[in-house]
Amino acid sequence: MTSLSLWWKNYSELGVAALLGVAGFLVLWDASTITAPYSMGDPVGPKAVPRIVGVMLLVCAAGLVVQVLRGRSAPAEEGEDIEPGTPTDWKTVLPLIALLVITSSIVDAAGWVIAGFVLFWGAAATLGSRHWVRDPIIALVLSTTSFYGFYLGLGIRLPAGLLEGVL
Amino acid sequence: METFNLLMEGFAAAATPINLLYALVGVLLGTAVGVLPGIGPAMAVALLLPVTYGLGADAALIMFAGIYYGGMYGGSTTSILLNTPGESSTVITAIEGHKMAKAGRAAQALATAAIGSFVAGTIGTVLLVTIAPLVVKFAVSLGAPSYLAIMLLALVAVTAVLGQSKVRGFAALALGLGIGLIGADPVTGQRRLTFGQPLLVDGVDIVVVAVAIFAIGEAFWIAAHLRRRPVETIPVGRPWMGREDWKRSWKPWLRGTAFGFPFGALPAGGAEVPTFLSYVTEKRLSKHRHEFGHGAIEGVAGPEAANNASAAGTLTPMLALGLPTNATAAIMLIALTQYGIQPGPLLFESHPALVWAMIASLFIGNTLLLLINLPLAPVWAKLLQIPRPYLYAGILFFATLGAYAVNLQTFDLFLLLVLGLLGFLMRRYGLPILPLILGVILGPRVEEELRQALQISAGDPAGLVSEPIAVWVYAIIVTLLLAPLVVKAVRARRTPSSGSSPEDPQVEETREDRSNLGGR
Repeated sequence: MTSLSLWWKNYSELGVAALLGVAGFLVLWDASTITAPYSMGDPVGPKAVPRIVGVMLLVCAAGLVVQVLRGRSAPAEEGEDIEPGTPTDWKTVLPLIALLVITSSIVDAAGWVIAGFVLFWGAAATLGSRHWVRDPIIALVLSTTSFYGFYLGLGIRLPAGLLEGVL
Repeated sequence: METFNLLMEGFAAAATPINLLYALVGVLLGTAVGVLPGIGPAMAVALLLPVTYGLGADAALIMFAGIYYGGMYGGSTTSILLNTPGESSTVITAIEGHKMAKAGRAAQALATAAIGSFVAGTIGTVLLVTIAPLVVKFAVSLGAPSYLAIMLLALVAVTAVLGQSKVRGFAALALGLGIGLIGADPVTGQRRLTFGQPLLVDGVDIVVVAVAIFAIGEAFWIAAHLRRRPVETIPVGRPWMGREDWKRSWKPWLRGTAFGFPFGALPAGGAEVPTFLSYVTEKRLSKHRHEFGHGAIEGVAGPEAANNASAAGTLTPMLALGLPTNATAAIMLIALTQYGIQPGPLLFESHPALVWAMIASLFIGNTLLLLINLPLAPVWAKLLQIPRPYLYAGILFFATLGAYAVNLQTFDLFLLLVLGLLGFLMRRYGLPILPLILGVILGPRVEEELRQALQISAGDPAGLVSEPIAVWVYAIIVTLLLAPLVVKAVRARRTPSSGSSPEDPQVEETREDRSNLGGR
């Protein structure tokens, strides 16, 4: 491991500070592009609060940099199903992200039943489930019942997509 | 008397068969998500927000209230049987409760938790009924400057007092405020932070934000660190208590309630402080002090009661002022706004039937919870065996469904992923979730009050402190922010020879003291 990646391992939280800083600049820049004439009915105007928020983000970014460099990084959140102290398992997280991207891009054309089926089965498999019969059945039941549940129960017509006419 | 009549009308509305059914569904779901690891009442209500498109406001709120109370009951079951508290408020329960379970007294621990929750929840709801109308009477007389100050107090308190790291708390708050700014400015119509994207002009839908931060962020976070080995649960029979257990439990229940309600009702909210105070008090007062740390029933009875009473207390500022101070209350408030209902002091006047039906349903839900939890505890414990891949795949599935159903727009799913990754990042780097959600919800209202207050004073900043209440509240805010610094300075002066630089005590504290509810 190079010294740089070692350094980053300890100070990766600086990335959060950078994100806050970029967000702060974005908010301030956006506020500067607003052109609103002064009005008696609204002395504060639409720019004041974005300016406050932008400055707040920048101050927090700076404060976080100081804290991280002094070695006070925050403990990560724990939970019931979490193995504390393990490194981030990107082999699980990245496929899940990819699955959400796939689902989002096919849902309009393919319809909710197919997209939801892909999402559930794919996510279950990514998370370690290997029941080649049970998993797809559960996925299919979930995606079809949610389709009809939303239509009949809430009056929301999810796209039928490829299965238009079948459902 | 008027309150009593309104409450009776509320009971009449809540006791219709269909609303009773929703209350039952709510408490069953609430208990289930409380028991299930990785999912809690806040996430459950967030995932259920789509029902607000089809269901009536009263039915939805009755169900959500059931989930809110049910989550407390279920959460204690998990912490007793598994020793893995899902929420910071049940950490204390886990200390003694799990020891009791290991010593073969799981049934008694579950019983004292359930009955104590019932007692505390019922007393807490009675207090809510008594106090909320008084708060409303006081609050409707407040002008924009005072209301602005009180909202700022709630934001500062949740961010600075409950969190373990102020910088990270305020960073989360600022991010939330920034997300709340996106869209057309309600006064001038100017577009803010839309970057030329027409789909952002109406702002980011709050349902998408809630689902992304609570469900997607949490699912990613757990997926990244999933426990692969099977969990060990302690088998349990039907909960029951002997005579001695009753004798040792009833006082802690009442004292716990006394701690819990006021803390919940304060704008800072939170259940961590009262559960901790209750534990310490019971330990000091107990005749069986030697049992503490090895499974003392008082150590379960008191904190569990405090936890539930604080949950009831939290509903006071939420209903009377429109100020949510914990994650579930925040999402219930989102549900209200989905119906176009403006939260705030006028809620009791503008929608009395809705408010009182919901409060009445709290009494009903609490009783249902006692009835379904005592005999069914072994069944609930079985839920812990659910295969984790299904659980977290299901969370992702319903989160995607909920966000998509808002507008049937792929763009919302893109936002869901981006904000979900933000939620993941926040959990990784210890940024608390609650300030962000409060920033998104309260930010626009804070801005509105600010502009209104200064409009009255024609732009003179003195208008912000033109009401005595506002001055007092700002004084409290300053005290809250400065008190820890003063304490630190005094401590540093007292121990000058300690050698090492004085560490920030806030950061050093364990996660038990965190306000980070994390959506579970």
